[in-house]
Amino acid sequence: MNLWQKLACVVLTLVLGASIAANWLAPAGYAKQYREATDAPPSRAHWLGTDELGRDRFARVLYGTRISLLLAPAAALLSTLMAALIGGLAGYLGGVWARMAMAVTDLFLSLPWLFLLITARALMPLNVSPLVSVLVTFMLLGLLGWTTAARVLCTTAGSLRGSDFVRQARAAGLPGQRLFWVHVVPNLKPVLYAQFWISIPVFILSEANLGILGLGVTEPMPSWGSLLKELEGLVSIREEPWKFVPLILLVVVVTSFQLLLSKQEEVAA
Amino acid sequence: MQSLPSKITGHALALLATVLLGGFLSATLMRLAPGFDTDERELDPHLNAQSVQALRNARSQDHNIFRFYFSYMKRAANGDLGTSLALGQPARTLLRDRAPLTLRLLAIGLALAWALTLTLALSAAWLRLSIYDTLTTIVSGTLLCIPAAVLALLSVLWNVPGSLAIALIVFPRTYRYTRNLLVKAYLRPHIITARAKGLGEARILFWHVVPVVTPQLLAVAGVSVSMAVGAAIPVEALCGLAGIGQLAWQAALARDLPLLVNITVLVTLVTLLANSGADVIGYVVRSQEG
Repeated sequence: MNLWQKLACVVLTLVLGASIAANWLAPAGYAKQYREATDAPPSRAHWLGTDELGRDRFARVLYGTRISLLLAPAAALLSTLMAALIGGLAGYLGGVWARMAMAVTDLFLSLPWLFLLITARALMPLNVSPLVSVLVTFMLLGLLGWTTAARVLCTTAGSLRGSDFVRQARAAGLPGQRLFWVHVVPNLKPVLYAQFWISIPVFILSEANLGILGLGVTEPMPSWGSLLKELEGLVSIREEPWKFVPLILLVVVVTSFQLLLSKQEEVAA
Repeated sequence: MQSLPSKITGHALALLATVLLGGFLSATLMRLAPGFDTDERELDPHLNAQSVQALRNARSQDHNIFRFYFSYMKRAANGDLGTSLALGQPARTLLRDRAPLTLRLLAIGLALAWALTLTLALSAAWLRLSIYDTLTTIVSGTLLCIPAAVLALLSVLWNVPGSLAIALIVFPRTYRYTRNLLVKAYLRPHIITARAKGLGEARILFWHVVPVVTPQLLAVAGVSVSMAVGAAIPVEALCGLAGIGQLAWQAALARDLPLLVNITVLVTLVTLLANSGADVIGYVVRSQEG
């Protein structure tokens, strides 16, 4: 681990720690309104000011970071498991199964990621409770984000299927199911870990895009997407630079992930 | 090696199959989506039972997914793509009116993104200055960490054209691929030999490296069309540009599923055509190189 990666680790730990401790660090809940101080600039009481509904921006940033940083790995886990199941199994079985899995993967990959997301999001009800919207958004990311990883896993499992040790195990009479779980899956682990870590920043950015477009987490629940939506009404950066804090935090976190991922990407490739 | 006509035929068949399958999947999802088969007109107190029944009968053929899709395809073959539920206009008219703007945005955006990518990647490869390489990597890496929708919002704030926003969304991705391809190409034995023989950097780059990476770059160019189409959604939606990206966003917000199916088929067709085109051109380039 080089110096930059160590720094990235520290940054991620600090941000995650602060977001988990939001209940103690934030001056109020994310939905509490200070009606006498709407759209207020930073002050002692409100470090990052308040939004147009009078909610403390610092509290919303902390809680929003918690939602995005905890649920993006959950979505990444779901997508990695799906990729392992579909891609790994199809690659191991080979033949028509592999071709079918790859045809479905190609179909998904032929659509731009954001377009696929908004289309699938539109198929679900939009007027749902904030908590359901959080679950729907991240479930959607997990359920649709498996394709690239599945392709990599299918190829890796396919090459494992033809490897000497698997052939030998098959010749020794090991049943197919045991062969898959005992000999193939453990060898897929490095690729699975890599795909898991690669998916996290992708899902964080996707949630932010969906949130800004009004198809992500709904009010009053904060997430990076809904916090960044505030930039829509901005007239000048100089007048209200504190509104850029969520964006700066997002860029710092995603950059930290990218720095940590340089090694993982080599494994995934 | 496959002949060119058989390669083109293969691509055309795969394209047709994918578009048909994509359309069918979209139609199936649309049919299964919550809220499908409801019509607010049925709540109109002025309508009597027979009128309500007539409305239900009009939708009854949509109940069978195969029948629904077959009738949709049949109508589509005759140029009838149905009517948008939210906008109340024929989908064909909406797509036809908005396509030129999106195509112009995509063309200019992609041209700018590739101009920037090739300028920076080739100059970094030519100069071989680690500070320059680090600087370009930081710029592209930072842009990669900013959500596309934020770049679209910033373009509104700074009065920057939408096409430039698309370019800035696509550029970091194409730059990363191009840089990696160039780095790998420079590690090839014939390049090391060429340098050992004292060939100039410019000659090595343009005579030995660029021809090696051209087929892969063409493949990336095909993929970049898909990236640009994806980028057009936030850019058009947030910059108020009335293109197909904005239409897709409006259809998603209004749950205008019939319109979304048409846009899905269109987007699938465009991205697959771009990828197949890039693959065929790459094949021609490779075969000419021998």
